[in-house]
Amino acid sequence: MTARLLEGSEAIAEAMIGAGCRFFAGYPMTPFTEVLEHMARLLPGVDGVCMNAESELEAIGMAWGAAATGTPAATGSTGQGLSLMQESLAEITLARLPLVVLNMARAQGDYFQATRGGGHGDYRHIVLAPIDVPEAVELVSLAFDLTFRWRNPVLVFGDYYLAHTAQSVDFRPPARADHDLGWALDGRSGGSGQAKLVSPLGGFKRKDQSGYNLATHYASCAAATAEMVAGVTPLADVGFIDHAEVVVVAFGTPGRYVRAAVRALRADGVPVGYVRPVTLFPFPSEAVARACEGARRVAVYENNQGQMIDDVRLAVLGRSPVDFIGGLSLDSSGFGIAPDLDVQVLRARIEEVFTK
Amino acid sequence: MTEHDGLNIVPTGRPPSIPATLVRDFTPDLIDVGTHHLCPGCGEPVAMRAALEVIAELGVVQRTVGVFGIGCYTAFSNNLDVEVLQALHGRAPSLATGVKRAKPGTFVFTVQGDGDMVNEGLQEVIHTAARGENVTCIMLNNGVFGETGGHMTATTVIGQRTKNTLEGRNAEDHGNPILLANMIAGLDGSAYVARGAVNNAHNVALTKQMITAAFESQIARRGFSFVEILTMCPTGWFVETTEAPAYLGDNLAAVHQIGVLKELARA
Repeated sequence: MTARLLEGSEAIAEAMIGAGCRFFAGYPMTPFTEVLEHMARLLPGVDGVCMNAESELEAIGMAWGAAATGTPAATGSTGQGLSLMQESLAEITLARLPLVVLNMARAQGDYFQATRGGGHGDYRHIVLAPIDVPEAVELVSLAFDLTFRWRNPVLVFGDYYLAHTAQSVDFRPPARADHDLGWALDGRSGGSGQAKLVSPLGGFKRKDQSGYNLATHYASCAAATAEMVAGVTPLADVGFIDHAEVVVVAFGTPGRYVRAAVRALRADGVPVGYVRPVTLFPFPSEAVARACEGARRVAVYENNQGQMIDDVRLAVLGRSPVDFIGGLSLDSSGFGIAPDLDVQVLRARIEEVFTK
Repeated sequence: MTEHDGLNIVPTGRPPSIPATLVRDFTPDLIDVGTHHLCPGCGEPVAMRAALEVIAELGVVQRTVGVFGIGCYTAFSNNLDVEVLQALHGRAPSLATGVKRAKPGTFVFTVQGDGDMVNEGLQEVIHTAARGENVTCIMLNNGVFGETGGHMTATTVIGQRTKNTLEGRNAEDHGNPILLANMIAGLDGSAYVARGAVNNAHNVALTKQMITAAFESQIARRGFSFVEILTMCPTGWFVETTEAPAYLGDNLAAVHQIGVLKELARA
């Protein structure tokens, strides 16, 4: 086990391959581009396939096809590119296929897209939001485990900072669980009278004259989703909450800056705590509620106009007022380099909450 | 299965001179249920039958993955004894690419209509062909959105009446039809390109030969293979079922001409 200094994009690529990923398809878009570059470089060496798809529509389609063969597969983009993929992401979920999807987002405006799903129909995706490169490596590994365990796409929500920050990373061999791949296509069940079907319209061939029954299929998908939501352990990073009068909630990269601001305030004797949802879905509502139990006020920082704050309010259920201290903060390119991500700026906003 | 449903049993005082035949007797091995809910006179079951017969004849049943688009033919995607991956409208060529690249030993074909392939997903089939992807795409071209009840597609011929071109398609208002097989034949990467039809016994036999050549091309790893099949849609064309084969020949086939457009030399 040797620590290596790696940029986030490369670390994520290596973590995916370490977790067994052997198929990747993508279309360049900042800040996702470098993940595609690294996958194109690394996958052939492990007998994997990286497709430079002609569009995001085709990237998700290719990943869908590979996923249907049981091959650990991934794709991704930024939120903009994921918008193009939403129709397929919805159907892949209803076809109950495992797929890891990266959103190397520009700022945090894609929280709703990621956690609510931008596609049609009744489905959910597990969403993991790493704070930094080492955690991204762990969560990518977890994503492949979860996606095969639940046969449901898992999103990893990163950003420009995660993609382009170099950090020291330890790669531990992931614990490989054996997942049932009896559903995967390879042609071999053809002619058996029980040839397999992978479809968003049904899980098996009805072989009668009535065609698909979407009422039963969607009901079985809903039951699988409910089981997944109940079965996935929500994760949160909680700190400094002893006797905290104000608890600040943030996710992803801004979590690092908020944590630093909270630490600095604590050092000055200000009773402030910190909670960071790691799984954005299922949202760690209990952990957030517990952390905020004794707080006079709860504050939410996110680099958007207020999206996760809805989930925080649902977790707190009116027991404390919830203040929004975030807001969209961008560079001129819109890539998500945020002038507000400055400990002094965040400190001032948190201190203001104490005056309320 | 209830194959006796709808079958007229004629009472007779004497035993029949030939054994009774049932739908099942005419159903290819790889189609589970020979009856279907598509309209009378539809050409799609004939085309499906030809494709499934060729798969059995070439001995690739146990490595076949069929990728289906969305259209009337989707009725067959849960009714075949080959593995099926159901795609979205327009997206089958990319899924087929993913299957073939992840499992190169598989035999992969798509089934799509003209609305699926030429309207919704045109770039998919063009890119897949240009990439020389070693899969076969089959396009059932009836010149209308059959499933929605007969609306104009990108292959609808000039003059053809559809529900949203009531006086017939005209180029000025509705643009010109895309001759997809001709476009694909012009791309490096395509190895076999043909256009058949199922409006008479001769064309059905010809189309089956084309499907065989396309599938053999994939088995020989020559690159992308493509068979466009003109199919009858009397419902969507608003013509009598019995007139549909002639309508196909006189109208669709006059523009989308039948023949082999490209065949790379066999190695």
